[in-house]
Amino acid sequence: MKRADTAVGTDNEGLLVRRIQNGTVIDHIAAGEALNVVKILGITGTTTEALSIATNVHSGQMGKKDIVKLSNRELSKEEVDRIALISPHATINIIRNYKVCEKKGVEIPDVIEGLVRCPNPGCITNTNEPIRSRFIVTAKGLRCTYCDWIIGRDITSYII
Amino acid sequence: MSFESAIARLGGTSLSVGSMEACSIAKGETLADTIRVVSGYADAIVIRHPKEGAARLAAQFATVPVINAGDGAGQHPSQTLLDLYTIRQSMKLDGIHIALVGDLRYGRTAHSLASALSLYDARLHTISPKGLELPASLQAELAEKGMQITEHDSVKDVVADVDVIYVTRIQRERFPDSASYFNVASSYRITPELLSPAKKHAIVLHPLPRVDEIDPRVDTLPHAKYFEQSKNGVPVRMAMLLQVMQ
Repeated sequence: MKRADTAVGTDNEGLLVRRIQNGTVIDHIAAGEALNVVKILGITGTTTEALSIATNVHSGQMGKKDIVKLSNRELSKEEVDRIALISPHATINIIRNYKVCEKKGVEIPDVIEGLVRCPNPGCITNTNEPIRSRFIVTAKGLRCTYCDWIIGRDITSYII
Repeated sequence: MSFESAIARLGGTSLSVGSMEACSIAKGETLADTIRVVSGYADAIVIRHPKEGAARLAAQFATVPVINAGDGAGQHPSQTLLDLYTIRQSMKLDGIHIALVGDLRYGRTAHSLASALSLYDARLHTISPKGLELPASLQAELAEKGMQITEHDSVKDVVADVDVIYVTRIQRERFPDSASYFNVASSYRITPELLSPAKKHAIVLHPLPRVDEIDPRVDTLPHAKYFEQSKNGVPVRMAMLLQVMQ
């Protein structure tokens, strides 16, 4: 195990965002997408997680990137894979006692449920029925399994 | 009505949800609940609903087979089966040239028929008013399956080349006013004069009801197969009901 290397800034500069003791660090998020990542994870101001967000941080690989740190919560694979929709190059670091215990990439899932709203106003999912939206991930975008509508671009604006 | 006729001819009975005002839906019941309840009353459910995907939702909550009899502007698969059957009575399905005419954006019968014909190496010619073209997502899907689709401005451009002219109703509510509706609708009207260069074996189909899309003088021409098509709805739906309940 190596020391968590995802603190933002250097010792000389002081840390912009502190290292976390336990939890998840989502690194290499496309610049500007951190808030959408948080939205996808269902974290709102009323949830209990301690959350740190850094946006437009310098990155050797990406030029600029965003970072999200989530204390005392280890993300499940399903949660992690949702992030791939908007930031396919994100990496997930599971931190235990300040150490990176697991490091993984994100994979675009085959099916997305309850995360994205169907843009088709005539779709049955946009009613009061007790169902969650469901999309199949295709090469052309997300395809609604109810009405076959395809979201080909700007997926983030349809995130519920 | 054709499903009711079909089940009656099979010796069964049908329960109709009837008007919206009279049923639990009007009281705010969800479709999911209605379907759960009706599942306990019937051996199969035939659903026509204004929302796309309603039949799929119904199938999720039903404990009996569900047949989609039309969901919003989505699909109309039972109509497609009878359309294919009607075409098959006149010609082989493989490699036919078919003109889809009218409201192809909201016309669910056209969507389902186009999808089905992609299995038969058919060539699609579309003629529709601006804004009512075949949905781009469906066109992309059909093209991916190898289907050739050509857009035309007028039926005149293709009438001599196609085997089937499939006409759909252009709905008045799609236009801002009656004048623009009549103006557009009349330019897509099928008349005996328009059909004069048609191939001898070419047929004209329409899922009915028609309004002004087909001149009544066409009814007596050998090309007119739409009433036969409508009649075919009964045996085809009998077959579907038998299939799902066996």
